[in-house]
Amino acid sequence: MKIDESLPLEYSTEENRLKILGFWIFLGAEIALFSTLFAVYFTLHNGHGDGPSAEELFKITPVMIETVLLLTSSFTIGLGIHAMRLGLKKAMMTFFVITLVLGLGFLGTEIYEFVEYIHEGATIQTSAFTSSLMTLLGTHGAHVTFGFFWGVAILIQVAKRGLTPETANKSFIFSLYWHFLDVVWIFIFSFVYLKGMM
Amino acid sequence: MESHEQQFLILNEPMIVGAMISIVVGALSLFIGITYFKKWGYLWREWITTVDHKKIGVMYILVALVMLFRGGVDALLMRGQTAMPENGLLDAQHYNEIFTTHGVIMILFMAMPFIIGLMNVVTPLQIGARDVAFPRLNSVSFWLFAVGTGLFNISFIIGGSPDAGWSAYFPLASLEFSPTVGNNYYAISLQIAGLGTLATGINFLVTILKMRAPGMTLMKMPMFTWSILITNVIIVFAFPVLTVALALMTMDRQFGTKFFAMQDGGMDMLWANLFWVWGHPEVYIVILPAFGIYSEIISTFARKNLYGYKSMVISMVAISLLSFVVWAHHFYTMGHGVMVNSVFSITTMLIAVPTGVKIFNWLLTLHKGKISFTTPMLYSLAFIPIFTIGGVTGVMLAMASADYQYHNTMFLVAHFHYVLIPGTVFAVIAGFHFWFPKVFGFRLNEKLGKLAFWFITISFNVAFFPLFILGLNGMTRRMYTYSESTGYGPLNMLSFLGAVGLGIGFIILVYNLYWSIRYSPRDETGDPWDARSLEWATHGPVPFYNFARIPQVNDLDAFWYAKKHNKPLWSGPIEKIHMPNNSGMPFLMSGAFFGAGFCLVFSWWIPTIIFTILIFVFMALRSFEQDHGYYVSVEEVERIERELGGEK
Repeated sequence: MKIDESLPLEYSTEENRLKILGFWIFLGAEIALFSTLFAVYFTLHNGHGDGPSAEELFKITPVMIETVLLLTSSFTIGLGIHAMRLGLKKAMMTFFVITLVLGLGFLGTEIYEFVEYIHEGATIQTSAFTSSLMTLLGTHGAHVTFGFFWGVAILIQVAKRGLTPETANKSFIFSLYWHFLDVVWIFIFSFVYLKGMM
Repeated sequence: MESHEQQFLILNEPMIVGAMISIVVGALSLFIGITYFKKWGYLWREWITTVDHKKIGVMYILVALVMLFRGGVDALLMRGQTAMPENGLLDAQHYNEIFTTHGVIMILFMAMPFIIGLMNVVTPLQIGARDVAFPRLNSVSFWLFAVGTGLFNISFIIGGSPDAGWSAYFPLASLEFSPTVGNNYYAISLQIAGLGTLATGINFLVTILKMRAPGMTLMKMPMFTWSILITNVIIVFAFPVLTVALALMTMDRQFGTKFFAMQDGGMDMLWANLFWVWGHPEVYIVILPAFGIYSEIISTFARKNLYGYKSMVISMVAISLLSFVVWAHHFYTMGHGVMVNSVFSITTMLIAVPTGVKIFNWLLTLHKGKISFTTPMLYSLAFIPIFTIGGVTGVMLAMASADYQYHNTMFLVAHFHYVLIPGTVFAVIAGFHFWFPKVFGFRLNEKLGKLAFWFITISFNVAFFPLFILGLNGMTRRMYTYSESTGYGPLNMLSFLGAVGLGIGFIILVYNLYWSIRYSPRDETGDPWDARSLEWATHGPVPFYNFARIPQVNDLDAFWYAKKHNKPLWSGPIEKIHMPNNSGMPFLMSGAFFGAGFCLVFSWWIPTIIFTILIFVFMALRSFEQDHGYYVSVEEVERIERELGGEK
């Protein structure tokens, strides 16, 4: 394996560079996926039938908590990657742990929110509005859940093997994924929740 | 609702029982044969676990050929049923299932994998690379596609085939109107195969963007590689739409959501939109690589460089962009108003412009060329006029107001067969003949190849031209029978005879394969056609590392100029070569996908969850695995090169 010392660790081998480009393209596909889900939501969000409408359903408090948690986690993972570039394994792992804990907090709040919805008689089967809402939120939440386990796997590898071109590459790609989930959330926050509460 | 009663094994239809018995007998004899000849180890080491792009390509093409047979039998049954008025070969339900599986199989399990197979074999060689960017992922792609194919194909014996058409429109495809598991199979098997296709898209984009030989700028890439690059961009942005559409279909059918429902705010037309937002780009996913194949073949056998290289590239980019903004032309008559219809009508007709540019470029490449009429060239030459008929009738259908007259008739069926068969099928057969010697080291027999060509081309026109007339006379598509007084009988009979001729043509093609494996003289040069691009610069069959030394590219058609001007493609000594390790994990993980998919079809939740967890276990294992590949030593490379008849 040829290691180019002039580049950051995560870019230092040919294989690493290929993987990063590949992941960017994958994120392109993810954008297409979430765009489709948004399009479905915007098509169906007025179709609430006999069930509750967006105005009746949405509460600002859990949504604000989720937003703050996820946005902060996006910041902390940025700090984690910065620490990684400085070669600070311990600091990097600390920031990753904080990120994942914030992610768990986000998930906990979202699950609480879903349970609340169900209590108010809005299940995924109630109307096209709730189907599309819960599918959009659920897909994002499933991504965060997957990200949590992925992040744990990477943390274990960094702890065991240290900061190698391979683990650095994985951590960097994971950070791209995490930022992407944050971007999707910003759209959900603005165009699903805020718009729905107006 | 007696006929809709859910059955696990389909036992009330003699034809299906016959197929079931022959599948069991075939599988058993295959199993016994492999065991008797002690080939399990060979299969596992050389094929199932392989990450070699050439072998993966060959497996794709093998599956595609089997699916061509399956889809072809479906077609013969349909044409047989409609050959005479009030024929009793198939009943309405069976006919519905067969036109559905014919469409799905031919597009997604025949055309796509054939294209992806050729893409796998050829692209890395054309750009002078040793493999794709992510060889392991490539194997995952193939096996996901293979289990998707398997899952779709077992539907007709276990549980019943989908019967709502290949476009599976709601509300027809909803649980209410399609209560069997058929459409669950549709959604889940396409989902699994689609995941593999998306991975292929990412893989080849990175390969082409990052792994070209030194000196090969984008505008020095062979036209086939260009077409693959653009195709994969379409794949990456179109397939996620299908992923969502199929997931919503599964949820509507199995979890009671209301996306496409007729009440509670649902919207059945949303399905049609989502389906065609993917479906129309999909058409270009199978046609653009075909354009690439024709470009290579025409310029090789006209002994000229491709006319209008830049305009070829620009027109493909234009087609790929337009492909995303024409989807509503698939349902002009479903009531979205004059304005929308006009816009989509215009964008649709615009596609004819870049396509026309390409047709003229091919004609001008032929102009004053020294044409040799080989089998691949014959298919390419036949493609131009036949495809033009398909294109012109496409423009007729693009006119929204006129479309009200002949939409959903056999005219449409004739149109899309006139674009897809000369467009895609002729192209993959031509590419198959063209690149066969590269992979196996000998050419297919030309005499048999040409015989098959004439059978296929003539029979194709006999089979499908009558459908234009039948459509204009008012025969709608997907009609399982008709009365004698309609007068549709004679032309349908003619069409049936054409279909039989097509079948004979394909049998000759397969016989040619058998004959050539046994008797065809072996080629020693690696360049049997005197061709132009880099894949012909290495040995045939290609050694597993493709190139002993990575070529240095200075021109478009680098190999051609190297031959003509005696310029060396290589310099410097042979170095050790880094190669990826084989792995059985993609195969095993795809097995878990199959299990999860099959159980999900029947809503067996607990096993579905267990298999899904198994999928994630495989992903975790992969994450913790440390696999850095291995090196082939200089001595080993030199030995292989000597054995293959001298260093290249």
